[in-house]
Amino acid sequence: MNEITLTVNGSVARVVVPARRLLSDCLRHDLGLTGTHVGCEHGVCGCCTVLLDGDPIRSCLMLAVTADGHEITTVEGLAGPGGELSPVQRAFHESHALQCGFCTPGFLCTVTALLRDNPAPTEAEALEGVSGNLCRCTGYQNIVKAVHRAAELTAEETGPDDDEAVR
Amino acid sequence: MKPPAFDYHAPAGVDEAVEILAEAGAEAKILAGGQSLIPLLNMRLVTPGHIVDVNRVAGLGFVEAGPDGVRVGALARHSQVERLPELRRVQPLLGQALRLVAHPVIRNRGTVVGSIAHADPAAELPAVLALLGGSVQTRHAAGGRTIPAAEFFVGPLESALEPGELAVSVFFPALPPRSGTAFAETARRHGDYAIAGVAALVTLGPDGEPERAAVACVGVGPVPIVVETPYRAGWDGAAEAVAAAIEPEDDIHATAAYRRHLTGVLAVRALGQATEEARG
Ligand SMILES: Cc1cc2nc3c(=O)[nH]c(=O)nc-3n(C[C@H](O)[C@H](O)[C@H](O)COP(=O)(O)OP(=O)(O)OC[C@H]3O[C@@H](n4cnc5c(N)ncnc54)[C@H](O)[C@@H]3O)c2cc1C
Ligand code: FES
Ligand code: FES
Repeated sequence: MNEITLTVNGSVARVVVPARRLLSDCLRHDLGLTGTHVGCEHGVCGCCTVLLDGDPIRSCLMLAVTADGHEITTVEGLAGPGGELSPVQRAFHESHALQCGFCTPGFLCTVTALLRDNPAPTEAEALEGVSGNLCRCTGYQNIVKAVHRAAELTAEETGPDDDEAVR
Repeated sequence: MKPPAFDYHAPAGVDEAVEILAEAGAEAKILAGGQSLIPLLNMRLVTPGHIVDVNRVAGLGFVEAGPDGVRVGALARHSQVERLPELRRVQPLLGQALRLVAHPVIRNRGTVVGSIAHADPAAELPAVLALLGGSVQTRHAAGGRTIPAAEFFVGPLESALEPGELAVSVFFPALPPRSGTAFAETARRHGDYAIAGVAALVTLGPDGEPERAAVACVGVGPVPIVVETPYRAGWDGAAEAVAAAIEPEDDIHATAAYRRHLTGVLAVRALGQATEEARG
C-alpha cells in the first residue's frame, strides 16, 4: 500500500491506495467524487477526463500513485465557491449539450482547458478540441455550439478591458 | 478492466532506475505516460511483476532543438514537443506526425520516447524516426548505447531494447537543405490509428526538381517500411515501388489489397506535398 497526497479541487487529500489503483477509481471510490465517470477504461471515450495541474488527461490511464503530489480538478471543482455554475457549465445547460449526462464531466473538463488555452476557437478548433470525447446521445451538434457559447460567456464576463490585460 | 497487482517502483534518478530494472529483469515494465501500457494492464494483456514508474526521474523532461536536429528526453510529453517553437524550422515532419497521434488529451500524457519504445507498426513516430535515420540513446546498469533507427524496430511491438534497458532520449536529425516533408494518412475517425499512412522526405536538386526522395509507411508491415522513391518526371514509379515493398495484412478495418492501393495513393500525395514544402 502507498500513502499519497493529492490536491483535489483545492483541498488536500491523503489516501492509502494499492499501486494498481487507477486515478479514476481513487477519485470515485477513495474520495467519493463520483462526478468523474468511467466508461471504457482504455482511453477512448473521454468521460474520465480530469485536469492534472490544469491540463486535461484520462484519469483511467494514470495510476493514483503517479499523481502523488499533483493537483487535480474534477467536474465537482468547476463551479464557483458558492456553487454557481462556470461559464462552460452554463453554456452546456443553455445549449442542451447533454441528454443522459454520462459523457458530460469529461466534456466539461476538456472544454474548460480548451477555452483557457484558446478563448475564441474556430469551428475546426472546437471540433478538434472535443474530438477525443465520445457522446452516445446528443449527436455533438449542441456540444460544439456550447463550446462557442462558453467562449462568448467567458468573454462577456471577463470584459474587454480585462481581456486586453490578459493579452 | 483493472490492472493486475505488481510491485511498484518510483525511482528519482536514471542510475536508480536502471539498478531497479537490472534487478527485476524481464519481469519489469517501464511506465512513462501510460497511454499504451495502462490500457494493456487494464485489459490484462500484460501482467508484469514490477512496474518501474519513471515519471519522477529527474532530468528527462527536456526537448532541445539544435542545428543537427531535435533531441527529446524520455519524459517530454507529445504536447510539449509539439509546442517547441523551433520545431517547424528544424524538423517539420515531427510536428506533422504529432498532430496525427491520438487526441490532444492523450498527447498531454503520452511521451515521444514511449511511442518509439512501444514500436507499434501502426504508430506515426516510429515511421518518422526510421525515415529520418534517427537514433535512440539508452542506459542500463552496465553503461549505455546508441541504437540507430534501422536496428531499433524489430517486429510488431518489439524493439531492440533489452530487459533492464531504459531509453533516455531519442534523436531526430534536422531537415536537410532544400528539403520538405509531409505526412499523409487515412484513419476511420480523426485521432484513430491509421488504416495506412506515409511520411515523406523530398530533397530538391539545383534545378528545383526532386533529387532524393524516400517514404516510410505506417500500418502495412511488421515495422515502419522505408522505401527510396525516385522521381521520374512524376511519382508513378514511387507508388509502384511502395506497393512492391510493403506487406499489408487483412483485418476488420481493411483488406490487404485495399491497404496496398491506399498506401500507393498516400505516397504520391505525401511526396507531392513534401515537394511543395521544399520549394517553399
Ligand atoms: C485513445 C488512444 C488513441 C491513440 N492513438 C494513437 C495514434 O493514433 N497513433 C499512435 O502512434 N499512438 C496512439 N496511441 C498510443 C499512445 O499515444 C502511445 O503509444 C503512447 O503515448 C506511448 O507513450 P507513453 O509515454 O504513454 O508510453 P507507456 O504507455 O508508458 O509505455 C508504452 C511502452 O513503452 C515502454 N516504454 C515507455 N517509455 C520507455 C523508456 N523510456 N524506455 C524503455 N521503454 C519505455 C513501456 O514499457 C511500454 O512497453 C493512442 C492511445 C490512446 C489511449
Ligand atoms: S474511461 Fe477513461 S477514456 Fe473511457
Ligand atoms: S449525453 Fe449521453 S453520452 Fe453524452
